[in-house]
Amino acid sequence: MQLTRRDTLALGLGAATVALLPFQVNAAADDAIAAFTGGADMADTGVTLTAPEIAENGNTVPISVDAPGAVSIMVLAAGNPTPGVATFNFGPLAGAHTASTRIRLAGTQDVIAIAKLADGSFAKASSTVKVTIGGCGG
Amino acid sequence: MNKTKWFAMASVAAVATALSGPAFADPDEDSLIINEEIEIVTETAAPAHMEYIDTIYSGWRFRSDETQALEMDDFENPGFIAVDSAMEDWAMVDGSEGKSCASCHEDAETSMKGVRAVYPKWNEAAGEVRTIEMQVNDCRTTRMGADAWKWNSGNMVNMTALISSVSRGMPVSVAIDGPAADVWAKGKEIYYTRFGQLELSCANCHEDNYGMMIRADHLSQGQVNGFPTYRLKNAKLNSSHARFKGCIRDTRAETFTEGSPEFIALELYVASRGNGLSVEGPSIRN
Amino acid sequence: MASGVKPRVKVPKSASAGEVITLKTLITHPMESGQRKDGDGNPIPRSIINRFTTEFNGELVIDVTLEAAISTNPYMEFEAKVPAAGEFKFTWYDDDGDVYEDSKAIKVS
Repeated sequence: MQLTRRDTLALGLGAATVALLPFQVNAAADDAIAAFTGGADMADTGVTLTAPEIAENGNTVPISVDAPGAVSIMVLAAGNPTPGVATFNFGPLAGAHTASTRIRLAGTQDVIAIAKLADGSFAKASSTVKVTIGGCGG
Repeated sequence: MNKTKWFAMASVAAVATALSGPAFADPDEDSLIINEEIEIVTETAAPAHMEYIDTIYSGWRFRSDETQALEMDDFENPGFIAVDSAMEDWAMVDGSEGKSCASCHEDAETSMKGVRAVYPKWNEAAGEVRTIEMQVNDCRTTRMGADAWKWNSGNMVNMTALISSVSRGMPVSVAIDGPAADVWAKGKEIYYTRFGQLELSCANCHEDNYGMMIRADHLSQGQVNGFPTYRLKNAKLNSSHARFKGCIRDTRAETFTEGSPEFIALELYVASRGNGLSVEGPSIRN
Repeated sequence: MASGVKPRVKVPKSASAGEVITLKTLITHPMESGQRKDGDGNPIPRSIINRFTTEFNGELVIDVTLEAAISTNPYMEFEAKVPAAGEFKFTWYDDDGDVYEDSKAIKVS
């Protein structure tokens, strides 16, 4: 078909929106996971990670983790310059094996939570958080 | 236009719409009650002086659920760290006269209630429109014999947060007539003037396109009822002048400075566009 | 010494014996990540709160290792069991060696 400049522009706009948001991944996350689990398998149930689908601002992203019966939960941000976010270690007076905090994400990436359960086994959950770039207004 | 071309255009449009997400997302339907007791009006009929908008909305209505949640509890709201800090300054003696704010104003919750709702305001004795920052500095320099605080300094912005916080829930009600009328008219003119290489006026985004997305940001009506606001972007409280400065700078213009007559006029005008919404500061915004 | 660092904690005033309560804590701290550069292009060194603990009557509730990805003004929300009346003790450890503390008593009905 014959394409005018106007048509090409319209098609180009479509193509541009098809391109995904830049997605960041970092190999250091795997090392951190291996160090925490010693290479053990991780079940895909047993820990819940709650994070927004779209973070309004990468500076302050609220997340929470929950793993009944966990001894500790490690949170990683796979696409940050360094993947470590926090490790929650629960003591005998912990009311529930759950915690909430606010984290920084450098860009769209996976946030990963790994729980070490009382019986020595591990569980993993991950959530993709889209980090957006604002419009304006220093 | 022939059938193939039409089909190509339609499929491109479909892809573009599917992937652009909430491009025309109007403000959401949530309602704001802080600490389960302070009811905040976030939507109301636009004041009579506004010709092109029927309903005004607080910026809170344009933010994501997670951001909105941060404002619903004073403990979760990081802006309240500033209020605590300002409470200490309030009671602290400063300056040659050996006074603190408390010496004359006693308890901030009582004496400052209602103040934020009517500022910026014409000051008859001084013969000028004053913002809260100007009034605080007037007290400090003439009555306390203390140094003026810089407009965007931690001390000043914290104090405006304290003064705002005790008026939350009260309707914004700035006067636009009488002696303030000229300053108000000037502010209105600035609001509709295009600035910078990008030739954008406040109205282009905040009146013509509120509710739309600017890159991934949900454009609000640019109200100031929630100022000073804790911006997630820089993890601290921002005054309205600091925000105006950022906006104008982003149109690639030489911007006005905080405390300039232009920004005082603009703050008066923008505040009046929110007449009827509740004082919400310190709020949380992007 | 990081300046202006102030903790804030929210603990219910009382609870019933054995009840599980929610604790909210915040500390003002810039959490300088080590990723930023100053005006001359030199990296600003990391300086963060790297550990946060909560004890109740001497027993551990939670021990958190914080990294640079925790936001400015670190906020932590978690749950604690309250077996009897007593005092919560909150401790934050700074990279620069400073230690900040806060405590709150709780009655049991």
